[in-house]
Amino acid sequence: MKDINDIRADFPILSRKIYDKPLVYFDNGATTQKPQCVIDALKEIYTTYYANIHRGVHYLGDLSSEAYENAREKVRFFINAGKKEEIVFTSGTTGSINGIAFSFGERYIKPGDEIIISHLEHHANIVPWQMMCERKGAVLKVIPIDDSGHIKIEDYLKMLSPKTRLVSVSQVSNALGTVIPVYEIIGAAHSMGIPVLIDGAQGVQHGVVDVKKMDCDFYVFSGHKIYGPAGIGVIYGKEKWLAELPPFQGGGDMVDQVTFEKTTYAEFPFKFEAGTMNFPGAIGLSAALDYVLSIGRENIALREKELLLYATENLTAIKGLRIFGNSNNKIPIISFLLKDIHPYDTGMILDKMGVAVRTGTHCAQPVMNRFGIDGTVRASLCFYNTKEEIDSLVSGLHKVIGMFE
Amino acid sequence: MTIDDIQDKIIDEFSMFDDWMDKYNLLIDIGKDLPVIDPKFKVKDFLIEGCQSKVWLHPDFDGKLITFTADSDAIITRGIVALLIKVLSNRTPEEIISSDLYFIEKIGLRQNLSPTRSNGLLSMVRQIKLYAMAFNAIKK
Repeated sequence: MKDINDIRADFPILSRKIYDKPLVYFDNGATTQKPQCVIDALKEIYTTYYANIHRGVHYLGDLSSEAYENAREKVRFFINAGKKEEIVFTSGTTGSINGIAFSFGERYIKPGDEIIISHLEHHANIVPWQMMCERKGAVLKVIPIDDSGHIKIEDYLKMLSPKTRLVSVSQVSNALGTVIPVYEIIGAAHSMGIPVLIDGAQGVQHGVVDVKKMDCDFYVFSGHKIYGPAGIGVIYGKEKWLAELPPFQGGGDMVDQVTFEKTTYAEFPFKFEAGTMNFPGAIGLSAALDYVLSIGRENIALREKELLLYATENLTAIKGLRIFGNSNNKIPIISFLLKDIHPYDTGMILDKMGVAVRTGTHCAQPVMNRFGIDGTVRASLCFYNTKEEIDSLVSGLHKVIGMFE
Repeated sequence: MTIDDIQDKIIDEFSMFDDWMDKYNLLIDIGKDLPVIDPKFKVKDFLIEGCQSKVWLHPDFDGKLITFTADSDAIITRGIVALLIKVLSNRTPEEIISSDLYFIEKIGLRQNLSPTRSNGLLSMVRQIKLYAMAFNAIKK
């Protein structure tokens, strides 16, 4: 694997200082930093071939359209989808789930139907389904979790019924880092003919994702959490679903024929891509995926496992520190509370020491309620972080204890 | 002392420290002097919800002056609300309404505590002024 110093040199922001202290960036679950190649790709678009896609007959438009479609093929390759037409670009995971929830609801949902999600979901995988259920008179069912942050599979199996129309769960919990047994969930749902959406926002960047092997019906993720630009996201949908689902937005470029009486839509994926898409974002995402492939996803997973182990060991050594989510199958997210100190106080002091963490409910209030807390401090690491940075976090936490005790 | 006298005093106190760690320690100390709200007022009606920490603020109007008591579940936030109360408690509604809180900028609170999102500093100021306006209306 590439040397860690060389990896860090690929990310210009990692060498900057915050309040005269070296930046320790542990908020990768919220968004990741960008390697130079992604920044360069964006700069190249805007300086050499920027023009709207799928429209002009001119040279630049051809170049940008080609780069955009190549990005679609790159995403297909990255998650091992069967066809590149099964890849739809969106604004992000939130946009992806809202889109599917709307279209799926319009096409298939009747009063009394049921949608299953889990107690671990991010608000982005709760609210769109609630909105759809409200509109259609459907019922939202929630798979409970146990004290260590695992979902209760037995309860899930009992929940599946002839009324269930769709199951939508995360691959990894954003608040706790727990890896969810998606293969088991998908297998059980499919045995009853129920489709499954996997929210890969916290999964896609931490290992190899193979949607064919996983056999999920939909897989969604955000570009900005996998070292790509903000504002670009992906829906992977099996061909049969994308062919049947109606569009979730209307506008330019998604149509076949438009008259004031009736409009017929373009084929998928284009019928889901109304208006001018964030094509620079898609092209930047493609560069990010190339970068991840060049480091090697197995290498990334291995290195992150090592960091998680080191961080868990050193954080649990701090007296009075409680970690939420004690699964042995986790990505490097550590959600914790330090004694009775408010997460906000901890976060503010860490910030002044150059350590960036997330504090609060992490857009997953039901998870916090489950543990009877108002929020946590979340350190979310990725492969460009180091053990020395974890040491800085630990000494920062000792400083916090000194100040607030 | 006028509102501005107290603001100037706070600015002086904070200017003694260059390092924000020391300023935080000062803020924590100021929080300890906060006139604490009666537990019976620590309810939803008196809650100012910032994004991350809870702040309860209770006004008491004797027909002339407004007195505030407050609390927060975060210590830094308690320091911030204590600063506001130092400046704005025991004042007439008119004084509060017309006050210009320049000390927030001068001691670097705005830049250092990202008030818009995480600690509700601006919501606290807004709520205090709203109470003042309401009592002013009652008085008339």
